[in-house]
Amino acid sequence: MITIALAKGRLLKDVNPLLEHAGCELAEDPDSHRKLVVETKNPGLRALVVRASDVPVYVEHGAADMGIVGKDTLLEHGGQGLYEPLDLGLGRCRLSVAGLPETTWSSEHTLRVATKFERLALQHFCGGADRVQPVELIKLYGSMELAPLVGLADVIVDLVDTGNTLTANGLVELEQIMPISARLVVNKASAKLKHESVNRFVELMRAAVDERNP
Amino acid sequence: MLPQGIEEILPPTAARIEALRRSLLDLHARWGYELVYPPIVEHLESLLTGTGHQLDLQTFKLIDPLSGRTLGVHADMTPQVARIDASRLRREGTARMSYVGTVLRTHSNGVGESRSPMQLGAEIFGHSGSASDVEIVSLMLESLRIAGADQLQLDIGHVGVYRTLVNAIALSEAQAATLFDIMQRKSRPELDAYISALDLASAPAAALAALPGLAGGVDVISRARSVLACGGEPVSEALDELQALVDGLMSREASLPILIDLGELRGYHYHTGVVFSAYSEQSLSELARGGRYDAIGAAFGRARPATGFSCDLRRLANLTDTSVPSTRGVLAPHSDDADLLDQVAKLRDAGERVIIAFNEEDDAVTLGCDRELVLRDGAWQTLKI
Repeated sequence: MITIALAKGRLLKDVNPLLEHAGCELAEDPDSHRKLVVETKNPGLRALVVRASDVPVYVEHGAADMGIVGKDTLLEHGGQGLYEPLDLGLGRCRLSVAGLPETTWSSEHTLRVATKFERLALQHFCGGADRVQPVELIKLYGSMELAPLVGLADVIVDLVDTGNTLTANGLVELEQIMPISARLVVNKASAKLKHESVNRFVELMRAAVDERNP
Repeated sequence: MLPQGIEEILPPTAARIEALRRSLLDLHARWGYELVYPPIVEHLESLLTGTGHQLDLQTFKLIDPLSGRTLGVHADMTPQVARIDASRLRREGTARMSYVGTVLRTHSNGVGESRSPMQLGAEIFGHSGSASDVEIVSLMLESLRIAGADQLQLDIGHVGVYRTLVNAIALSEAQAATLFDIMQRKSRPELDAYISALDLASAPAAALAALPGLAGGVDVISRARSVLACGGEPVSEALDELQALVDGLMSREASLPILIDLGELRGYHYHTGVVFSAYSEQSLSELARGGRYDAIGAAFGRARPATGFSCDLRRLANLTDTSVPSTRGVLAPHSDDADLLDQVAKLRDAGERVIIAFNEEDDAVTLGCDRELVLRDGAWQTLKI
């Protein structure tokens, strides 16, 4: 039996068709049942439905053998000890710096950055020899767009999909940091101890991804 | 409250760990391994000589008020034992050494690992070739079995394969670090993208891209011979070494499941040849790891081939969670009676556990005793409770 941790919410709705393609769609809709452990059509695979930011934790600790989670969550978690064999191409968006139009900054002044991606924001602004922008991080959990409007922060670092929320609040995308998409991650010990079954699932998913995004 | 990742060990776990420690050291002694006790602290430069940046980050540092010099608390005893071999023992032939002790790490090595594991290990110096690798892996497996591990599974790789492929393409330090990071995560999509960005010739590009997929049964070795043909002689020699280790193990451990993983890069900056780790379904993480590290003695003026393994004794002791407190023992009353004291001494000499009850609350059950010394007909007798 192998266990996969899935991020609840929008990503789950996108992932299920892919699981279906691989012959392991969820046996019941977790939204309607509120069940956290869900069987799949594949008797050798069960799913745990958890909060997105918890997916790397479950997989790292081996509570789940595999997981599906956004690259943003994965990088922010910073976990080593996971394999990332597959880009599912789902939940595509980008991590960007956004703010009021014509916002500028320089290393002479500390930049106030509101974000929930603290690690990634630090890495982007001051994480290397050529990145020396001093920043003050302001950790927020939601509605980032508000921060520059009310003077809480100069810029925000957040995921941008269509950009509609930014536009609606008079903000613009100032810098793109990196493209984001959902990844299949595998616990290293599971990859070894359950090599065959894990590998079989990864290949099924790879085929499903290839077929859906030729 | 104790610092994060630091534990104290209480009864009966401590007794279980100690019993295991003794049986493993006895095992190593029977295999001809000599025990050494490396010091807890050393001058930092000596402690870190020939090791990687990772060990530097893992090492707690302090200032010696006597000399004003910086000391490091050992985070890994293997380099210390290598130093002892190279600079103190200076033997010509093969040296086999074992060691056990608590090490301290600024960060745990992985999820669920302690910052102060009890490291137990064994090393062979002065022999290169598969005979010593086979012996050290066999000793590792035997140690794990004594600790109660069953359904063991062995994971084997060879860092020389990746090293050869990377050295053949001239990368900057930053590029090499990025590639290494991607390779460790076995992120196939990122690897493909990065390789094409590097604009390599087609053969080395294909070889690097294939590396994460070269994991599976022992047939991976023959598959690698064709896929990694561009690696030339060094890769082919590395694969020969892998094959020799596998052959040696198969004739000793016919039923042992072996997984070959050429993308496994744990300890890459330290190891020079085969690397191996043992897993069991009883545990969610590896139980023991090791490999060949031929270069380290050179830093002490004497390059000696070396291979070894180590494990966390406490993790091994957790495999058999038979933490039932002892129920065998004899309860004796407190008295200065010479006959009683004589009886107590005799029982203890015979290996019995004898506990003196100081007062009423010291009853046999709480103290884990199944018998008691009672004065009957003018003689002290051991009676069942």
